[in-house]
Amino acid sequence: MTGILAASSGIFSKAVLTSLVAGGIVAGLPLMFTALGETISERAGVLNLGLEGMMLLGAYLGFIGAYYGHSSWLGFALGAVGGMLGASLMVSLCVWLGLDQIVVGIAITLAGEGITSVLQGAEFGSTYPRLGSPSAVAIPLLDKIPVLGASVFTQPLLAYLGIAFAGALVWVFRRTNVGLNLRAAGEKPEALDAAGISVLATRSWAVLSTGALAGLGGAYLSIVAAGVFTPFMTQGQGYMAIVIAMLCRGRPLWVVVGSILFGISLSITTALQIAGINISNDLVQMLPFIAIIVSLMAFGRRSYLPPALCIPYVRGAR
Amino acid sequence: MTESLSLAAEAAGVLDAQPDRPGGGSPRSRRVNALRDAMMRSLVPVLLALVAGGVLLLVLGDNPFAFYGNIWQYGISQGSWEDSAMRAAPLLLIAVGLIVVFRANIWNLGYDGQFLLGAALITGVAPHLERLPNALSLVILFAVAMAAGGAWTIIPALLKARYQTNEIITTLMMSFIGIGVANILVKGPFQDPTVNIPQTRVIPFDHMLPPIPGTRIHAGVLVALGVALLAHYVLTRTSFGLRLHVLGANPRAAAHMGVDVRGLIVRAFLISGALVGAAAAADILGVWGYVRANWNPAYGDTVIPFVFLARLNPLAVIPFIIFFAVLSTGGDLAAAQANLSTDFLLVLVALILLFMTVIEFLGRRRDLGGSYLTPGLRAALRQPLVRRRAGAASSNEASR
Repeated sequence: MTGILAASSGIFSKAVLTSLVAGGIVAGLPLMFTALGETISERAGVLNLGLEGMMLLGAYLGFIGAYYGHSSWLGFALGAVGGMLGASLMVSLCVWLGLDQIVVGIAITLAGEGITSVLQGAEFGSTYPRLGSPSAVAIPLLDKIPVLGASVFTQPLLAYLGIAFAGALVWVFRRTNVGLNLRAAGEKPEALDAAGISVLATRSWAVLSTGALAGLGGAYLSIVAAGVFTPFMTQGQGYMAIVIAMLCRGRPLWVVVGSILFGISLSITTALQIAGINISNDLVQMLPFIAIIVSLMAFGRRSYLPPALCIPYVRGAR
Repeated sequence: MTESLSLAAEAAGVLDAQPDRPGGGSPRSRRVNALRDAMMRSLVPVLLALVAGGVLLLVLGDNPFAFYGNIWQYGISQGSWEDSAMRAAPLLLIAVGLIVVFRANIWNLGYDGQFLLGAALITGVAPHLERLPNALSLVILFAVAMAAGGAWTIIPALLKARYQTNEIITTLMMSFIGIGVANILVKGPFQDPTVNIPQTRVIPFDHMLPPIPGTRIHAGVLVALGVALLAHYVLTRTSFGLRLHVLGANPRAAAHMGVDVRGLIVRAFLISGALVGAAAAADILGVWGYVRANWNPAYGDTVIPFVFLARLNPLAVIPFIIFFAVLSTGGDLAAAQANLSTDFLLVLVALILLFMTVIEFLGRRRDLGGSYLTPGLRAALRQPLVRRRAGAASSNEASR
């Protein structure tokens, strides 16, 4: 009983709140980048089950860049390239040749898991070197907010850029021709083709930017959130990102909020440990997936996917 | 009932699965051609993947010939074929489990969770059955694992049957939850208190599956082969199999002919989960005898390409599974000797999948007889996460 009392007073302590919210943001950002990417490609009519593999490729190459280049920016850039490598496979097989998106997606995930694990073993053996923490930027004034300000508003520059990117994406989707083309490629590709714009090119760019974002998400995971690369480190986050993108119905700002919510559920472990509550790590790691099943049962009926999703576009085919 | 079903099947295009091929001569030469094409479509992706894997090995600084030679040595020669045969048992059971749902155009990607839950429960229940005769306790343990695997598909099955929620997502999520639950069980109530490492108690040797006389191979291999034969019979010769096929080919036709679509979806899921559970039972009671925390052999991931290469045929999948069992048994040791991560095998599997899709593309061009995937399975993801009534969906779109 005393333990529970002590714990309940501990739950609302500053340290716990900080680790929950700030940890949630750190854990949520990889999800956010990846889910934003999936939003783009889903809107354009390509479902990307290879997200998990692209994240791992980005995480590994990003780690290599940051480790040998001593610069987290080099790491992020290489991570994006890594994700695009996986995506280029998807572009050539699924968009250009019109092959099955599910099978290719599973293949990319397996290949990403396998190749990063093999390369990690070949490069570092059984050691897992760590990176220093990347430099963070504090937002003036906001970081003076008591309790949470300092931890929430002091993030690596890329975090702010990512959130700004989500805002920009809203504008792109709603107000620009590029956004209109993307949506048309997912809703009615024939109409886009009739308007004289290449469906395949539109989808290719969409999938490539998805790969870049997933790679960036993976790199953020290995460079900022974990500071280390371990094989299979994404642990299903690529699939989580797919669900977030589905439930947010292609709305970038919802994706930001949703990702951070899922990030918080990922960071509950550390928060509970600080609060002195000892709950099995396995139980806590299940929480995001339980949350997804529950939210699918509750909101699944309202999710929306474009009608041309997963259908390869063949000109003139009916 | 059966007659109306076959009518429905005909309407759904199930029965004329082999369209007349252009340029075929006599029926016999046509059959030979078809066989040759099927062999080509099935074997070429595997060969290409092995070649590409060899190139990758060269890049990594290993000798591919030595690597593949080692696979032969550790996978087949000097009695290691018996290890490969035992590895084939869980792989084959999972493959048959996947074939059952895939035939109905349903994806079950939750095999890891179903497998580990079954495995964990077996090791938890087994110590309480030590007084029972071995045969009885084996039957009970198989039943426990099958029930666990089946039960873990119920939520995705009901969501799919009731709301048509996308089962790819739900089974994957349930899989992650299942792995967590299994780990909690292994580290908690089922943990062996006498050992420092978190693992379950070891099942005594005389309560494991008995070996086939004259070999080290456990009887679970025979069970798996028997299940594959039985599944082939049920799927191709009974009305249940036909109903599954019709459901897969055209759910609307199935509903029109009075097939209980929802019930059939749930039953297909339950059978699939139960077979994955049986795979866990064969593996734990045949080979391991205990479960270590965080153990996950991820057999299912590696089985998927072969299920497609065998075109969802439980008999045709057997040689593929034997091939992969040798590859993975030998590959584990070969990789260790080449100082490679054993995850190199995942790369090979991914390469097989990729080459399979490419050959499929070329085959479509050259009309190399039929697709690996049924059209419905390909269409499974096209459905929204939840399909709404047609009117509601379009009005939703109009209001955007």
